[in-house]
Amino acid sequence: MNGYVHASEKDNLVTCVRAMKAGERVLVDGTEVVVRNDIPIYHKMAVSEIKKGEEVYKYGEVMGVASRDIHIGEWAHIHNVDSTRGRGDIAKREVQQ
Amino acid sequence: MIRLKGYRRADGHWGIRNHLLIIPTSVCASETASRIASLIPGAVAIPHQHGCCQVGEDYKQTVRTLVGFGRNPNVGAVLVVGLGCEGIQPQVVAEEIAKSGKPVETITIQQCGGTLKTISAGAEICAGFARILAAQEREEFDISELVLGLECGGSDPTSGIASNPSVGRASNRLIDAGGTSILSETTELIGAEHLVAARCVTQELADRLVWMVKRIEEKSISYGVDLRGTQPTPGNIEGGLTTIEEKSLGCIYKAGDKPVVGVLEYAEPVDSAVKGLYFMDTPGEDIDSITGMVAGGAQIVVFTTGRGTPTGCPIAPVIKVTGNPETYERMIDNIDINAGRVILEEASLEEVGQEIFDMMIRVSNGDLTKAESLGHREFGIYRIGDTF
Repeated sequence: MNGYVHASEKDNLVTCVRAMKAGERVLVDGTEVVVRNDIPIYHKMAVSEIKKGEEVYKYGEVMGVASRDIHIGEWAHIHNVDSTRGRGDIAKREVQQ
Repeated sequence: MIRLKGYRRADGHWGIRNHLLIIPTSVCASETASRIASLIPGAVAIPHQHGCCQVGEDYKQTVRTLVGFGRNPNVGAVLVVGLGCEGIQPQVVAEEIAKSGKPVETITIQQCGGTLKTISAGAEICAGFARILAAQEREEFDISELVLGLECGGSDPTSGIASNPSVGRASNRLIDAGGTSILSETTELIGAEHLVAARCVTQELADRLVWMVKRIEEKSISYGVDLRGTQPTPGNIEGGLTTIEEKSLGCIYKAGDKPVVGVLEYAEPVDSAVKGLYFMDTPGEDIDSITGMVAGGAQIVVFTTGRGTPTGCPIAPVIKVTGNPETYERMIDNIDINAGRVILEEASLEEVGQEIFDMMIRVSNGDLTKAESLGHREFGIYRIGDTF
């Protein structure tokens, strides 16, 4: 078992199906990726460089945008990926400005 | 052709259970309804917090839910218990249920003269119903009469990879055999609605589905907060789901790849003349969502989970499937099927899909699900208005 699921070729991240350790090397679709953080089981790891504001793909579809630059091998979760939907907080800020 | 064994109803539908249902029309009658149920073997009550001081569409939706439960083919006889003065009048609910041809009686606490006399009168009626139901036998019917409710709750990333695609294959098989499935949970279409809309058989249905998603998203935005933390929930997030879009994209795999032939409001009945895949507008909250689909006519529910959940339903068997092998081991009391075998590369999605379909057949014929064997009877009505 490679320990990850890359649901679509278009996806810039993979789902880890085992916990990953910072510093370990994982072969993702033939390319070696150095894991940058400890990543809990079933969480996601970036397999492309994703710039802040760029779309994040899973299942070949947009699942959010990068809230800061995300590097290959980095844990991708709520600290660096934002939702673009159901954002009443943003709508409220825009009304107040 | 796949034949099942169930209970023939006067309106032509088929039940896979033969419940004696006691429906309180308001919160004021709920405790009394539960006490009556406790006296009669096999009787089940659906206590709830609603039924009075509701207006407009919200009132109609609660009525539709109570009536839908009474009309569900898994129910063989119904006692409606009212206080007497509540907004949802017991007679209104009873008359709608009686159109299905099944035995229905109504009593009110004010007319009976208090709690004890109502319990006595209700128990006498229900004891008679219990004897009638016990004499009924299962007969053969075609699987095309089956309506399956699709639910997911306490999801984690294994749901989108393992359990939901497995259930999608079981749903496809049911529809290939002429049956019906209902996808629900409008909130969990946010970010994936374009994919389901593209499968609607008419543009009108596609527009309606997209409008339902917009309706709930705009409502959440009106609260001025980020939906994240509620959807996905704290447990979803801890499990590894990051955004509602990601949750939704995984969620829709439950519905396989069949065309969408109908789009329903909450608790609106499935059109028995049009078989296939439906979408129903329900919230992502599991209990309200299952209640809506069962009120719409689902006799059986398949429920996927990643984190694990015990939820059942008072009148329909709920088959629990997890894609998370650790959860399967940890919550073995509650989970029927381990789709985590896909994650462990011990089984394919097709194999687990077949296992789910086979269990649907056994459960339809009378096998108990774990939720049933533990007596889980969660019931919740989706409110869309205020209480006045």
